[in-house]
Amino acid sequence: MSDVVEKTLTALPSLLSLDSHPGSAKLSSTSKLGNLIRGITELTSKHEEEKLIQHELLAIKEQVSSPNTTMRQMKELMVRSIYCEMLGYEASFSYIHAIKLAQQGTVLEKRVGYLAVSLFLNESHELLLLLVNTVLKDLQSTNLIEVCMALTVVSQMFPKDMIPAILPLVEEKLNHPKEIIRRKAVLALYKFYLIAPNQVQHIHNKFRKALCDKDPGVMTASLHIYLQMIQENPDAYKDLTPSFVTILKQVVGGKLPMDFNYHTVPAPWLQIQLLRILALLGKNDQSTSEVMYEVLDESLRRAEMNHNITYGLKALTYVVQQDPKLALQHQMTIIECLDHPDLIIKRETLELLFRITNAQNVTVIVEKMLEFLCISEDDHTTIDLVGKVAELAEKYAPDNEWFIETMNTVFSLGGDMMQPDIPNSFLKLLSEGFDSVEEDRKLKLFAVNSYVPLLRGEPGKLPQRFLQVISWVLGEYSHLREDLEPAEVLSLLAKLLDMKNSSSETKSWVLMAMTKLCKGGTDASVTQEVSETYSSSLDTVLRQRAHELQYLSQDPELRARVLPRGANPETLEVDSSLSFLDRFVSEALAAGAAPYKPPHQRQEELDQSKALSLEPYGLSLPISMSSCSITDRQSPTLLSMSSGLSGDSADLSHKGGSSALKLDGVKRVWGREGYLAQREPVEEAAQVEVPSPIQSPGRQGEGDSLHSQTPTQTPTPEPEQEKQQLASSLFVGLASQSSVSLMGKSEPTPQRFRRKAKGQGPGSSFNASEQISSSLISPPSAVDNLLCNNLLDSNNASELAEQTSQLSQRLTTANGTCHTEAELTEPDTKGCNPALRRDNCVVAADPGPHDDPGRLTEVCLDSYLPAELSGLSHSEIAPLCANQSLNLSACHVQKEDSLILVVFIINSSESAIQQMLLQVDSEELEVSCLCDSPAGEMTSHSVAVGQYSLTVKRPAVHVEVVGTVSYQLPAGTSQSLQFSYKVPLTSFIRPFVVSTEEYGTMWLSFSHDTKQNLTLINDNQEPLTATLNALKKKLQLHVVEVIGMEGIVACRLLQDLPCLMHCRVNAGWLAVWLRSPVPDLPDCLIYHCQRALQSL
Amino acid sequence: MRFMLLFSRQGKLRLQKWFTSMSDREKKKIIRDMTTMVLARQPRSCNFMQWKDLKIVYKRYASLYFCLGVESQENELLALEIIHRYVELLDKYFGNVCELDIIFNFEKAYFILDEFLMGGEVQETSKQIVNRSIEASDMLQEVRFTDMHQTLQDDRLE
Repeated sequence: MSDVVEKTLTALPSLLSLDSHPGSAKLSSTSKLGNLIRGITELTSKHEEEKLIQHELLAIKEQVSSPNTTMRQMKELMVRSIYCEMLGYEASFSYIHAIKLAQQGTVLEKRVGYLAVSLFLNESHELLLLLVNTVLKDLQSTNLIEVCMALTVVSQMFPKDMIPAILPLVEEKLNHPKEIIRRKAVLALYKFYLIAPNQVQHIHNKFRKALCDKDPGVMTASLHIYLQMIQENPDAYKDLTPSFVTILKQVVGGKLPMDFNYHTVPAPWLQIQLLRILALLGKNDQSTSEVMYEVLDESLRRAEMNHNITYGLKALTYVVQQDPKLALQHQMTIIECLDHPDLIIKRETLELLFRITNAQNVTVIVEKMLEFLCISEDDHTTIDLVGKVAELAEKYAPDNEWFIETMNTVFSLGGDMMQPDIPNSFLKLLSEGFDSVEEDRKLKLFAVNSYVPLLRGEPGKLPQRFLQVISWVLGEYSHLREDLEPAEVLSLLAKLLDMKNSSSETKSWVLMAMTKLCKGGTDASVTQEVSETYSSSLDTVLRQRAHELQYLSQDPELRARVLPRGANPETLEVDSSLSFLDRFVSEALAAGAAPYKPPHQRQEELDQSKALSLEPYGLSLPISMSSCSITDRQSPTLLSMSSGLSGDSADLSHKGGSSALKLDGVKRVWGREGYLAQREPVEEAAQVEVPSPIQSPGRQGEGDSLHSQTPTQTPTPEPEQEKQQLASSLFVGLASQSSVSLMGKSEPTPQRFRRKAKGQGPGSSFNASEQISSSLISPPSAVDNLLCNNLLDSNNASELAEQTSQLSQRLTTANGTCHTEAELTEPDTKGCNPALRRDNCVVAADPGPHDDPGRLTEVCLDSYLPAELSGLSHSEIAPLCANQSLNLSACHVQKEDSLILVVFIINSSESAIQQMLLQVDSEELEVSCLCDSPAGEMTSHSVAVGQYSLTVKRPAVHVEVVGTVSYQLPAGTSQSLQFSYKVPLTSFIRPFVVSTEEYGTMWLSFSHDTKQNLTLINDNQEPLTATLNALKKKLQLHVVEVIGMEGIVACRLLQDLPCLMHCRVNAGWLAVWLRSPVPDLPDCLIYHCQRALQSL
Repeated sequence: MRFMLLFSRQGKLRLQKWFTSMSDREKKKIIRDMTTMVLARQPRSCNFMQWKDLKIVYKRYASLYFCLGVESQENELLALEIIHRYVELLDKYFGNVCELDIIFNFEKAYFILDEFLMGGEVQETSKQIVNRSIEASDMLQEVRFTDMHQTLQDDRLE
């Protein structure tokens, strides 16, 4: 292709004078723009150019403002202004005229007007509001071109607030007879979805129609929206998987018109888009993934036929997320890529290998990655790869030595750029160790052994992070090595302090380590010297450490208490509120000190100059606040927190971003009772997170030398045999795996280093089982059918129908639920089943056929509701999951003071089951069993009911209950079925009746808060009252009082997690401030308030 | 996609398209960074670069550089093909496209781009369909001629 443009004119001026050039260039060179361009090319200096353009702009300015200028001339002027702006000169005077041109010009002039507007203005420009009417008019035009232009400009830039004004018109365009209009409308809605997702929430069904559009272009456009939506919530779109698979199958099979081919590859953009969607849908979901294996394999095969290695490689990377075994077939290709001279390809290959790593091939793969790290010169790549190596090492390390050695390489190569959590989790691993004491000791000892020689060598070359890790490990565990004198370690450490390039952070780690090691006696001289040097340091942290070292080295008893050897790191309690400082704070306040204000409050005070409006309960509210004046309304906890932050370690605490890091600000050794009796390695580790600005020259030198090596690095072609060998070592363990592991990382082999006491999320397995039912319940959409009509001739259509029916057959055999359903409803239709099913799957435009069994069960189940609950309103009884013998459904019942979850277990098989056990649990909720959980035997076709009372333990936007039913079949085999059930947080909200005074007191004592602007409702009523009433109705909030433009509202989350809400009408918005003693609750609640108001 | 820039070997901007809202300062910075970075590349290096959190994909066609900034999760090879498809479209429209065509008719180049990409995504991958819609917009062929005629007259009048 490049040859086409190759003959481009490189010598501009000479060719400009030639009038022989064909086409439009010649035509334009006689125009004014042509003159301008030619004029510019003839200039020699930037200064001359500036003069010329300024002159030009003046001329344009004069002409645009003249009343005699026609629209046609205006168009030409606009083109010239665009050109001047492109050269970097401002032509803001023409903006308004561009809008006028779009408004008043004929079609061609309008087009230039719109173009000028889209180039001149950005989304937030105020002039853009003037364009809204023009767009509205053009959207309603009968001229297709005008509609197209309007849709194009809308997708490029449109004021967010004005979207509702044009939304109905754009929406209407989805049904336009012309495909180009439909396509542009879909993309415009996609853009709206990106900038204001809430606005388009109601048209999700219409997107489905676009997906089924007979025009492939419209269908492709809709995939952009789907990719986005599926990214956010894959579960909601699982039912579309077969549709996406079918589309991909047709694309890969070359069923699209020829001109969709891109250099013989059929619609690559579309393919990749579909692969991405499928990857999202199949992630952590076995049954959905199975639906797509075949087509993925096919895409891969086709891609390879095109000899485009990397394209195939990319696809392969996606595939192995689903099934590592598929990678096996392509191992030789991968090996070749690994030796590719192009670094980018090499890098991608490693990415692929990373995904197929297991316990058997980890050493080879990590070796390859480290090799690459040595020649990589790009920081971004290094950071990424170092993280991956660390992850693999932690997961699959074959033995201690390898683990420590690999991590040492990681630390020295990753230097100070790497993610701070790598050293943190490494230290955490070391300190937690194994369950076996002996193993534990060996690991730590090996670490110590490997570090001592490093320090004896040239520690100056090591990165700061690594030095910090070394000092910590030596401080903690060097005593494990008996032949090593503490004095020697101390002197090695002291050497680090003297190094010029040691950062002060590293020094404080070293001092900490020395504090742990010093025993007095012979070591005294070293420690004495060090502590004297640093006790007068300007760095407060260092000074503190030095003082600690000094005192603790002289008082062995105190040291043993403060820093006991081998203490359990998990039993640590930190008083993060620093309540022990309360007295100090109140004394300070009494002495006239200014109280602490949180940053957002300070910000607000800066933002608003009016003194009255910045205090929600200021003078305008009749709250008796005799005890607390406006200035000291902050809670003592917050105050003391602030004083802690302003202490000597404030600098540390401000650098970290995450909430966990706030602990840094708290002095490490202090607790509620003064000095803490435990040591805390975790926190020390957290300090590493502060990136050290100083890079050791050693590391830089290393980088330089590597840099110079890189160009000479040429790959030596390896003999075929060697490659085979490498292949077998790389792909070992993939074929032998009996179970297909998702993501290729969730290995069935036990992890060597397993984190202790980390609550594993109930995640994937439950989703998978839930998915089994949902994929069966929802029919494939009409996509198949419509696409068939358009893209396939009749032969293909029948072929497709067959494929689809096979697919559903496979589903049926895969989990057998279809059978059960069929048997439940119509046992005698079995004979004509295939035909029936085929209809379901291929036509399936209406959700009819599958609905019946669901409804049937619900009707029956209603009667099984416990008598005491039957009078209350309950949510729809939703099917959870099912297998050959059991069907599970659930619903929740709202009571005034509790929320009851009711689980129905239906034995749908012909035989009884034994030892049935139902267990329900949740991360966010407190689950307590009301009456006895159903257990024991269940006869055939009987129903058991379990009741659980739910209260909120930890608020989250969505809360979920997970459960397991285990039972034994008559044959004696035990089985289990897992399910999950989502409960909306809103069903836990109850009104909280308090008086205004009580409210005032509580407000001051709650420490977690959030603020946001909500939209006001305007329906004849006064907006504040209307909005509050709507919230009250939707979310059961209690409106405490409304005073003028302010209102206070209270609610609680079952059992008793209170949350207070202060609302104020401000500039057309409802400014809401929520406070609660429970973290996250204000955020969750604001989310639901937003949702509630949007749904009105 | 975030942006597409076309610039000459001398670093002169020929076309700029921004798919997300950006301030003029940001735009200026990106243009400056892109031209310096891309022009400094050795002739035989690969077409991809990392810039902040973006992937930069560029390709040189004769004296003109096409430079595309995409999100880092995007497929860079596909982005490269987007550039190529755009060049193909330009070529088909202008017939043996050259830098001069784009300089003098940059508004046409923008119109073609608008038919190919929309809202930062590929709008239409079929070359034929894109061309058809551009032709549809140009269907006022006669108007274009009278338009030209008028322009010439305007010139004469002054």
